[in-house]
Amino acid sequence: MGKDKDKIISEVTSGEYKYGFYSDIEMEQIPKGLSEDVVRIISKKKNEPDWLLEFRLKAFRHWQTMKMPEWANLIIPKINYQDIIFYSAPKQKAKYESIDDIDPELKKTFDKLGIPLEEQKHLAGVAVDAVMDSVSVKTTFRETLAESGIIFCSFSDAVKEYPDLVKRYMGTVVPYTDNFFASLNSAVFSDGSFCYIPKGVRCPMELSTYFRINAASTGQFERTLLVADEESYVSYLEGCTAPMRDENQLHAAIVEIIAENNAEVKYSTVQNWYPGDKNGKGGIFNFVTKRGLCRGENSKISWTQIETGSAITWKYPSCILKGDNSTGEFYSVAVVNNHQQADTGTKMIHIGKNTKSTIVSKGISAGQGQNSYRGLVKVLKNAMGARNYSQCDSLLLGDKCGAHTFPYIEVDNQTAIVEHEATTSKIGEDQIFYCNQRGISTEGAIGLIVNGYAREVINKLPMEFAVEAQKLLQISLEGSVG
Amino acid sequence: MSALNERTERYYTLYKDNIKRISESSSPYINSFREAAIGRFNELGIPTKKNETYKYTSLDTFFNHDFKSCFIPVAQDFVKAEEFRCDVTDLDAHGIVLLNGFYPTIHDKLRELPGGIWIGSLNEAAKKFSKKIEMHYGKYAEDDKDGLVHLNTAMASDGVFIYVPEDVVLKKPIQIVNLVQSDEDIFNQHRNLIIVEKNADVTLIVCDHTLSPQKFLTNGVTEIYVGENSHFDIIRVQNEHNNAGKITHTFIHQERNSVASSNNITLHGGLVRNSTHHYLGGEGAESYSYGLYLADKFQHVDNYVNVNHAFPNCTSNQLFKGVLDDMATGAFNGRIFVRKDAQGTLAYQKNSSILLTDDAKMDTKPQLEIYADDVRCSHGATVGQLDENALFYLQSRGINKREARLMLMFGFAHDVIQNIKVEALRERMDNLVMQRLKGELSRCASCMVKCG
Repeated sequence: MGKDKDKIISEVTSGEYKYGFYSDIEMEQIPKGLSEDVVRIISKKKNEPDWLLEFRLKAFRHWQTMKMPEWANLIIPKINYQDIIFYSAPKQKAKYESIDDIDPELKKTFDKLGIPLEEQKHLAGVAVDAVMDSVSVKTTFRETLAESGIIFCSFSDAVKEYPDLVKRYMGTVVPYTDNFFASLNSAVFSDGSFCYIPKGVRCPMELSTYFRINAASTGQFERTLLVADEESYVSYLEGCTAPMRDENQLHAAIVEIIAENNAEVKYSTVQNWYPGDKNGKGGIFNFVTKRGLCRGENSKISWTQIETGSAITWKYPSCILKGDNSTGEFYSVAVVNNHQQADTGTKMIHIGKNTKSTIVSKGISAGQGQNSYRGLVKVLKNAMGARNYSQCDSLLLGDKCGAHTFPYIEVDNQTAIVEHEATTSKIGEDQIFYCNQRGISTEGAIGLIVNGYAREVINKLPMEFAVEAQKLLQISLEGSVG
Repeated sequence: MSALNERTERYYTLYKDNIKRISESSSPYINSFREAAIGRFNELGIPTKKNETYKYTSLDTFFNHDFKSCFIPVAQDFVKAEEFRCDVTDLDAHGIVLLNGFYPTIHDKLRELPGGIWIGSLNEAAKKFSKKIEMHYGKYAEDDKDGLVHLNTAMASDGVFIYVPEDVVLKKPIQIVNLVQSDEDIFNQHRNLIIVEKNADVTLIVCDHTLSPQKFLTNGVTEIYVGENSHFDIIRVQNEHNNAGKITHTFIHQERNSVASSNNITLHGGLVRNSTHHYLGGEGAESYSYGLYLADKFQHVDNYVNVNHAFPNCTSNQLFKGVLDDMATGAFNGRIFVRKDAQGTLAYQKNSSILLTDDAKMDTKPQLEIYADDVRCSHGATVGQLDENALFYLQSRGINKREARLMLMFGFAHDVIQNIKVEALRERMDNLVMQRLKGELSRCASCMVKCG
């Protein structure tokens, strides 16, 4: 029985990464290395206005004074920033006006990934901004969205077309001095998505950005800025994949969200960067700064993430609850297998009155993976009536993995109620026995239990993503029942 | 290593200037640790908020202070200390009184209790029990990140030694009364070693009091060895004035099937920092760590607990509760560490705090680090107020609001106190906590210092 189980676990945990292919597309790249000149070149290539170059240079100069953070419960190999290509883009003819202008190879890539670039086929579908390496390739449904006044385009287009909006919001939630990787991103970010939902508009479809790293030796640095004006609503999805390579590639992104009075933003991520092979070789370093600001009253920001990929994940989607009665939510499932490491969690900063936050984090560790939850709940002095509930559970599959919990709770107001709960355990023999007894194989039982365990979070995802997430979970954990 | 920072330098100078005096009365074995320890201290320095385990506690006001005296007290102080009487009525215990970390009496520095138990001064014991001390001294106080433990190893010149031989069960608890009293500001460091051999059972009560209003800082390290199948309880009652800083480090090393508990009751103190380390060094060991803190005014209480599950099938439990009033601040940092091979671990951790005013503040950080899979670990932390429903329930039964609040708070604190097995002490604690909650105990009971 034990042996069988081990076998099943090893089968489950050895699921193949199916997005590991590489597309042969003509690329435009700049030489490796990082310096002030590189920052200038990137800015020039993108025909950026002076204020943006200035912003980049300030960030770069600040970054040079900073040191790589070491507090995370991660073992990060030294990163040589001079050995990374900071700008790489599919060679552009001019501008893609219609779907036919896109390099067929590129189109094939996105088709393979199952991303609906072809709008006609997905009339009721999802508006997609596809970002390949450093550059936004195609944004679909732009016109349809524009009818209701929604701006959804690549970041570079936004800089050109809506400089006032970008100027007004960029860097207000994540300043360029925020942390090591945020500064780096602010200096060299190449593209990303920009989205603005005007007053009173309920976005009629899911918005989505699909990130793909393709070229070798490159780093991907994109920036997403999402602004939901008063009384608006938007649901935003993000997906990521990368080819299988022996080298580690760096991904350092920034996501900023601003929610004004009564606005609601739902941000979902299915992160499936290449996690490295069974021996821990290769894989993406995913160092991301995500933060939302509930600026207005009654605003709400909800983060949902399914983290199955990346060799190393370092990511803390946070909410600053500034407006009175604002709400922050964080739902996460993080899976580590083989030699993956994850240090992820959230920060909920309660500033306004009657602010509420919920944290549900489910960690699953298999193989030799190390999974840490690290979260902060901070209630400031004037945050009367603040309420937080946190729950972080860890599931251990296999005896070589680890699960760790580092919650920080700082309460400075007597009316606050803050609760934190965490458990760590493995799947019980009795649970498996119960399933076996009813004719479910051990593997099936494990799948069932893991899915049930993660359901609370997966249920928060939009439909299409929920299905994908469930499949992913199964692949990531094939054979890991202990 | 670059030049030492100013503060570290000051303590290093203090060490250099006095090492001769400190070493004189200690045994060569204890002295042999000093040099390496001061080296480590120079590297680590006085902990700042940058140190993860001191994130919520600033020691600046105490360590920046220029203390007049740090070493052996003069004989004249001894008289008052001798007069001190414990106010726990009905407590029948074998007592030891310490003044500023030293034995006030010249005679009887080491005495024998029934069953062959020895209690007394560590320096005295080093002569008689040199082998035992060589086996245990300096073996358990391992903290790579805390410079203060090393500072203590380098400079502490005496402390309590307790030796409990095999198969001895001591019915009466042993009570250590730590008094601090002086005309000058004092920084004192004492070092205790407690050895409980196989199949023994003993309870230790440690009471901390201040007798004069000067600024005091205590940095104490206690090493405890609990042998196979033994049972050991330590209860610490801290009742010091607002100008006193108390830093304790307790290292409990447990062997197979041993049961050890520690209970830190902080009633009063300017700055209190208790760090308790449980090392479960054998299968089937159980450890319990309790704490209660009731703080008001500008007091700060920080509890750090580290439970290290190094062997399979061990159990641990942590329960810390506190009520914070006025501008008081509290911190809790609990850590459960389960090593790779420690399968079958059961570990539990809970911290609950009640804030009574807008200016009170609580920071809590319960942590789990788990490297084994067959474990059941959980932790919980809450910060909040009294349960409205419970209040309503009591009020609907004719109990007025004030009384109902008191009852609830008392019940909240009693959760921790009920784990005290010495009945006389448990009752006294219940009593003190009740008074404290009613506001009748505006300053420490029996305190001769009117610190306000």
